[in-house]
Amino acid sequence: MKYFARRLFHATLLLLAVSIFSFAILQLTPGDFFAPMGLNPQISSRTVAGLRSQYGLDRPLPVRYGHWLQDVLKGDLGRSFAYNSPVTPLLAVRARNTLLLTGTAMLLAWLIAIPLGMWSAVHRGKWGDRVGGVVTSGLLAVPDLVVFLVLLLVAVRTGWFPSGGMVSPAFNDLNVWNKLKDVAEHLFLPALGLAIATLPTMLRHVRSAMIEVLEAPFIQAARAHGIAEWRVRFRYALPVAANPLISLFGFSVGTMLSASLLVEVILSWPGIGPLLVDAILAKDVYVVIGAVMLSSIFLVVGNLFADILLFATDPRIRVE
Amino acid sequence: MKRQKKLVGALLLLTAFQSLILFAGFFAPYDFAAQDREQPFAAPTALHFIDPHGNVHFRPCVRNVEDSRQSAGAGRADSGHCFPVHFFVHGTPYKIAGLFVSHVHLFGVEVPGHIFVMGSDAYGRDQFSRFLFGGQISMLAGLIAAILSVSMGMIVGGIAGFYGGWVDELLMRGGELFLALPWLYLLFAVRAALPLHISQWEVFLLLVSVMGLIGWARPARLIRGVVLSAKQRNFVVAARGFGASDMYLLRRHVLPQTYGVMVTQMTLLIPLYVLAEVTLTFLGLGVGEPMPSWGSLLSSLQQYYVLSSYWWMFLPALLLIPLFLVFYTAADALQEIHKTVTL
Repeated sequence: MKYFARRLFHATLLLLAVSIFSFAILQLTPGDFFAPMGLNPQISSRTVAGLRSQYGLDRPLPVRYGHWLQDVLKGDLGRSFAYNSPVTPLLAVRARNTLLLTGTAMLLAWLIAIPLGMWSAVHRGKWGDRVGGVVTSGLLAVPDLVVFLVLLLVAVRTGWFPSGGMVSPAFNDLNVWNKLKDVAEHLFLPALGLAIATLPTMLRHVRSAMIEVLEAPFIQAARAHGIAEWRVRFRYALPVAANPLISLFGFSVGTMLSASLLVEVILSWPGIGPLLVDAILAKDVYVVIGAVMLSSIFLVVGNLFADILLFATDPRIRVE
Repeated sequence: MKRQKKLVGALLLLTAFQSLILFAGFFAPYDFAAQDREQPFAAPTALHFIDPHGNVHFRPCVRNVEDSRQSAGAGRADSGHCFPVHFFVHGTPYKIAGLFVSHVHLFGVEVPGHIFVMGSDAYGRDQFSRFLFGGQISMLAGLIAAILSVSMGMIVGGIAGFYGGWVDELLMRGGELFLALPWLYLLFAVRAALPLHISQWEVFLLLVSVMGLIGWARPARLIRGVVLSAKQRNFVVAARGFGASDMYLLRRHVLPQTYGVMVTQMTLLIPLYVLAEVTLTFLGLGVGEPMPSWGSLLSSLQQYYVLSSYWWMFLPALLLIPLFLVFYTAADALQEIHKTVTL
């Protein structure tokens, strides 16, 4: 229990630090959303000042942070200047889409990485493993950006997949089954891109973790007892190799989020990414902070989830 | 021995690539901003060894004088004149490493002719020249950010490992915090905070320093680990016994043992930061026109018609892959050599 309490404490500290950091840098720098209005001769300076005070931009920074934090605890992330609406519902839709995308990609990547990594660990040094090693190092050197652009090219040139968006224009007229099919079609390319982007690192880790375990004495003992090879691999080796992999899962949430930002922009998936880029260009402060906070929350929850999984699967931690 | 060879090979390739970029002015036939509005999206120039009169030459020539927009019709390449490619030609002046002014370019053709090795972009600017000049900006970004990260890591990791106790605890907890941050999002937040009217160079330097400063945690952790074991070595303990000060010990005995880790971290971090700069610029948040960077070269691919019609616009993206491959190979070899040395 102490373990969880400490983890939870760390997570809260992290979120607080992110919020103070992003709030401070965004608010301390000159210029805000209403600054360009001041240049417009048709808008009087009184109107601009009124708008500023209406949105609370004229109060000192700590006060604003205090108010903002209070509102956040109530689930209100502030108001978007550009959309003139509360940030929370705006972000909620986008967050759902991003979660759908990253979740699918994560599942896809692990479903490929675990069997393939195990296979190359078992066949270590054989030609299949070597070819796999060359291919993964090659893939590692391909920037995510290039992967996504190639996928976009495929979509545009072949027309097999929609080149952007999440649903077709006629989405509302479809029945439930076709709606699902439509979303899946739109989801395929971005999820594939994300999976390709994260796969090489995962594959390497799965392989090295499995190699380490397969060389352990207890595996030899199990083999010497005449236990079937598949049972040795899946029932004996895999659970032991799971420990570093679960930690990797925690880390990979972060990389996945960063990569998804890019894939969302390139393949126009309506997630947090495009919203954030637009908000930055418009200096829509509360949207930016909200998006940054939300991504940190995803990250923290991902890490907590990994910790809990570790706790559940690895008895060594419980003894500690 | 095999590792040494791998490392030497990677470093040689890397040096070749880097000198190509460093001396972009010499290797590029045109200036990065030179426009030819008559030649938008010209395909990579074809080299001919047979001139219009049917005579065979050993010196290749180009025949792309007329407007490429009318290229669909007949007689595109039949202008009747073939402009030979010359080496060491006089062209637009440029500066080598910002110091010496020179006019000599490696290759070029006489003025009505064009030589676009990698095609031209929407404004008729030579992609090859822009790739080389853009490399200067992108590589500089990677280099500055990596140096910042590693030196921050050295200071923090050195102090944390050397003094231990609550200092170590505090610094390493802070590092964990920084490792856990969604740093691309944070970088975006910082970009949002920059005023829109400051000059390109200021944007560039600010972004690069923020990138570098956010990334100190990973090198710091590794350097701390080395320092922890280094300060226990007998000669360090002996030097302390002779009354050496902390500063002297750190500078003379402890930090030199971390150089291997630092170099490895540099080779890993440089491509990472180059990519970060490319990503930001691609999204329109990094350095802007007219400064070329690898990100801005790729950003035109966001338009569907460019992506699907002009394959040569993809070339800069493909050229990045071997560069990163060389970087990672060098880092791999360094890591392995370092491991065997310390063991």
